[in-house]
Amino acid sequence: MIDNNISAMCKPAPGEAGKTGDWRDMRPVIDHTKCTPYVKNKPACFLCWLYCPEGVIRDTIPVEIDLDYCKGCGICAEECPMGAIAMVAEGKQDG
Amino acid sequence: MDNVQILTGNQAAALGAKLCQVQVVSAYPITPQTSLTEVLSHYIEGGELQAEYVRVESEHSAMTVCIAASTAGARVFTSTSSHGLLYMHEQLHWAAGSRLPIVMCCINRGVGAPWSIFNDQQDSIAQRDTGWIQIYCRDNQEIIDTVIQAYRIAEAVYVPVMVCYDGFVLSHTTMPVRIPDERDVRAFLPSYQPHTILNSQEPRNINPVIFPWRRMDAEGCLRDGYMELRYKLQKALEEAKPVIGKACSDYTAIFGRVHEGLFWRYRLDDADALLIGMGSLATEATMAVDRLREQGVKAGVLGVRLYRPFPREEIKNCIGQRKALLIFEKDISYGYEGALCSDVKAALYGSEVKAPVHNFICGLGGRDVKAEELADAVKTSLKMIGAGNLKQQTIWLNCRTEKSNDGQSF
Amino acid sequence: MYEVIWHGRGGQGVVVASQILAESAYLQGFKGVTSAPTFGPERRGAPVTASTRISTLPVRTFAQINHADCAVVLDPTLLKSVDIRDTVQKEGLIIINAPVLSDHFKAMHRCERIAVVDAVRIALIHHLTHEGAPIVNTPLLGAFARATGLVSLECLEMGLRGKLSKAVASANIAALRAAYDDTDLMLEEDLKEDDRQ
Repeated sequence: MIDNNISAMCKPAPGEAGKTGDWRDMRPVIDHTKCTPYVKNKPACFLCWLYCPEGVIRDTIPVEIDLDYCKGCGICAEECPMGAIAMVAEGKQDG
Repeated sequence: MDNVQILTGNQAAALGAKLCQVQVVSAYPITPQTSLTEVLSHYIEGGELQAEYVRVESEHSAMTVCIAASTAGARVFTSTSSHGLLYMHEQLHWAAGSRLPIVMCCINRGVGAPWSIFNDQQDSIAQRDTGWIQIYCRDNQEIIDTVIQAYRIAEAVYVPVMVCYDGFVLSHTTMPVRIPDERDVRAFLPSYQPHTILNSQEPRNINPVIFPWRRMDAEGCLRDGYMELRYKLQKALEEAKPVIGKACSDYTAIFGRVHEGLFWRYRLDDADALLIGMGSLATEATMAVDRLREQGVKAGVLGVRLYRPFPREEIKNCIGQRKALLIFEKDISYGYEGALCSDVKAALYGSEVKAPVHNFICGLGGRDVKAEELADAVKTSLKMIGAGNLKQQTIWLNCRTEKSNDGQSF
Repeated sequence: MYEVIWHGRGGQGVVVASQILAESAYLQGFKGVTSAPTFGPERRGAPVTASTRISTLPVRTFAQINHADCAVVLDPTLLKSVDIRDTVQKEGLIIINAPVLSDHFKAMHRCERIAVVDAVRIALIHHLTHEGAPIVNTPLLGAFARATGLVSLECLEMGLRGKLSKAVASANIAALRAAYDDTDLMLEEDLKEDDRQ
């Protein structure tokens, strides 16, 4: 029986590095009325999904961001050609 | 019928690796290792060995390739010497820490500066604390047999094994070698069962950053911290001793040759003076013992085969109540003494053994060591001990600076 | 234990000759044989040595040979640059590749036993050349067999076959035999003749 702790390793899994959503100062908020896939109802653009370094954006219609793990880096907002994503300060109130 | 070939140490090592049906070889040529890798690439090119030879630009990369291939589930082999081994140093730690059963031959050569291509054991001794098992061979027969045993040991305890033998002295000297039968090797050596297989269907992150503490992973499995993993490596080496002993006794049962596992003995039963050494130097010491015995000195040789894990208890018990310990070695831990000497003395700490110890540094950078010189050194030492001078001496044998050995002649 | 030192120049095949001798001696029944090159770099044209140890028991020494029982000299010009006589024991044997038994060799014979063979001529007769140079190592193995009686021609032939490709083995074996027959072992009469002059 081989010790599964014989050497250091881990399997890629959501949350392997903890609940990284806690780390955020700023939160991405999508205005779907400006987002290309939503407006055209076509699987198009998805640049936010492509650029997200954490892999927490889903290429669905509408696009979804998993805020449990989003670190709030703001790259999606920076890259969105339609300006549909706004970075909003984390605070007591939503938005 | 015995199949005997007259082989160099390098040819014996290459044939050993071939008999183990290694699947990946990656090595960078360096004197005196070069002819080993030449023979292996010849086997692979000629289709005699079904293996991948991965050419690399350095020893650092050679070991990296071995680590990757071993992680992917292959049986791998490499070899190097001297500066090549030193350049590998970082990856030696990675291989051991990843618990990969890599087997490597270190063809012992001195280390610069200044440049030397000649033999001593400073290169592998300098890698003592990388977590590898180290075995030193006394002749070419032991080289081929040890390479085969090394896979069995490494794959049983998941620790890499360095098979060390003296450059030129063994690597380039031919002598009769009994060649193990391929089917017997297969019976002795089960197929390699990796502890983890790197596999695209089941992706893993191997050797991620480890914290000082243990932690729960996303699957709810408690993962060890750095210290736990270090402890397990240390335990694996300590617990390798009986595995090595068993590998040797099983080897004897199949192939008929005795290599005595942890260390070997020569005319030792009634010996008062114990000559201790490793590799071809210990073989040369057996000739010195024959001379000494002819002159009425009861001497014997304890040839250390397994240097890491160090057979502490076993060596202590073997030394018992002998009257003098004469430790010969081809390395120096600068500012202290020979590394083997320190290890032997540490094994005796707290025991009843009070035998005086003389440490001889010899054969550095290929300086010739003759049996008669060893015998004379033993006699001079025994005379000093007989005269009541029990203080430990570190003597540089056959070293001719004006101040060597405080003017004493050795 | 019988110790042989081979003197030649890089590229002349001293290492191969020394290895073939070790293999042949094993076939002859000697349990202990070793063959070693000069430890270190190999440079074409530079003086090099190799050594062979032959023993009824397994060899347990790897030290360099101080004074061999026999020295084999592949290139006679080495006698000027290397102290060959210092590498053999007193009354040891020196086998030299040279066209004639010169007075110099006769003088040497007072201290060592000298055997001479014209290995260059034998190699050329048998078309044994490599890159234009005659191959002298195999003829000298024949001379060794003749001068020492330690290893038979049959065992040397087996040793050669084991080491060489079929294409070149037969020419080498012919040269080996020719050298065996042509080796001039200096006899006591030669010396006495010399004394009379």
